[in-house]
Amino acid sequence: MRKTVQTAAFSVFWLAGITAVLIMLSVVGYVVVKGFAHITPDFFTTSPRGGLSGEGGIQSTVVTTVYLVVMTLLVATPLGVGAGVYLVEYADQAKSGFVKKLTAAARFGVETLAGVPSIIFGLFGYALFVTTLNLGFSLASAALAGSCLIIPVIIRTTEEALKAVPDSYREGSLALGASRWETVWKVVLPSAISGITTGIVLSAGRIVSETAIFFVTLGGSYRTPTSLLSSGRSMALHVYYLAMETRAFDKSMATAAVLVVLVIVMNLSINMISRRVTRGTR
Amino acid sequence: MEQIRLETSEYSLFYRDFRALNRINLEIPANRITAFIGPSGCGKSTLLRSFNRMNELIPGVRTEGSVLLDGSDIFREDVVHLRKKVGMVFQRPNPFPKSIYDNVTYGPRIHGVRNRSQLAQIAEQSLVRAALWDEVKDGLNKPAMSLSGGQQQRLCIARAIAVEPEVILMDEPASALDPVATIKIEELMNTLKESYTIVIVTHNMQQAARVSDFTAFLLTDEQRAGNMVEFGTTSRIFTSPTDRRTEDYITGRFG
Repeated sequence: MRKTVQTAAFSVFWLAGITAVLIMLSVVGYVVVKGFAHITPDFFTTSPRGGLSGEGGIQSTVVTTVYLVVMTLLVATPLGVGAGVYLVEYADQAKSGFVKKLTAAARFGVETLAGVPSIIFGLFGYALFVTTLNLGFSLASAALAGSCLIIPVIIRTTEEALKAVPDSYREGSLALGASRWETVWKVVLPSAISGITTGIVLSAGRIVSETAIFFVTLGGSYRTPTSLLSSGRSMALHVYYLAMETRAFDKSMATAAVLVVLVIVMNLSINMISRRVTRGTR
Repeated sequence: MEQIRLETSEYSLFYRDFRALNRINLEIPANRITAFIGPSGCGKSTLLRSFNRMNELIPGVRTEGSVLLDGSDIFREDVVHLRKKVGMVFQRPNPFPKSIYDNVTYGPRIHGVRNRSQLAQIAEQSLVRAALWDEVKDGLNKPAMSLSGGQQQRLCIARAIAVEPEVILMDEPASALDPVATIKIEELMNTLKESYTIVIVTHNMQQAARVSDFTAFLLTDEQRAGNMVEFGTTSRIFTSPTDRRTEDYITGRFG
């Protein structure tokens, strides 16, 4: 009897697992197969020409995506990693009750913000950066709004990575007369770097794939941005524009295929990074 | 008359309202090995960690009474400076995930030594003193984690020596090691006491009897606060203890 239950249970889990994998494979497979049918070398080297027919390739959108990711990470990484380090390494040392309340609020905020839909960050970005600060639809607005989106993610992954560093390292360093800062900088951060990097790369993937937030902050110009105040169109946005506002659905699919492959490559690189970094230190 | 390196008087430690150490009066002689023995939870590790103020890492800890190092109050001193003078070796070997060389030179670098040849010299000296040099001299750039447990612990001793402390605190330094590695650490302690004052916490009474010159026996009272029951030369504590509880503990009637 128990054996039958066991077998039945295993079968259910196995089926659930296989179904999940099949769904994922069919989505990715469909997009990649459909999309790659329309990809030619020209597709990467020409820029979209605008208009209803959706002619041209994706060159400017690739460039815009790279700009956007770099700009966003430049803003979000120092703030996110810094906040994570503060919360794990320093917050408990705070003596004043006000600081304690503040860090408790920050922790709650981080938890909550990590689950807020990206369009909310988009609306916030539109209200603050695009209109109030008068940055317009631009790389600057988009990078700032994107930072708001990923900072909670970076804070959380940084916190997790730091918490995984054994306290015995910290004790060892402090006992040698190192200050808290020296301990964090020379012992804790190097041990946590692979986890932190993972968070940053995951966030970069998020920026590559988010659409709604950039719809209302980056605008949609298909030209290559020439300054921080230029509007632009990331690849994900391009997929949306091609699908909804042109007749070139096949090109939308092709762009999506490139996007999917890019995200897969980024996720694979996470494994490689953490393996390499780990090998270097342990 | 022994020269006194560390001295506590009426020293108590509290975790918030809980008294963990109760009015400890103790004089630890210089260049000797002093062992703290007693059952689990008697406060011997807490007392040990008082001397380099590691207890301050725990929120809600406060102290009463005084602890003097060479006659000056350790609580008035800059904690970084204090820990340079009072090194520590932990229960589990805790080398950093860096190379052997970087582990030994970590302390000196922190304290401002930049010169490469000077660092190399400190590294060699410290490893020689910690009886590890011959085993690692051909692989100083290997990760410290590749060493055996006993070697890692000797590396941690070398790391502590490298900042030239006056005192080395050892918190059950051999409890995670096999018997052969344990003997090596004990022999090492014997040579180290010529240059350093060593205070060791141990669970193992034979170890205390083998290595230490002085022994302090700690025990919790009815309120679970750690008290020092008896202090004296190791030979006297182990042969003719004056307190009934010391005798009971040493003869294995409890603990």
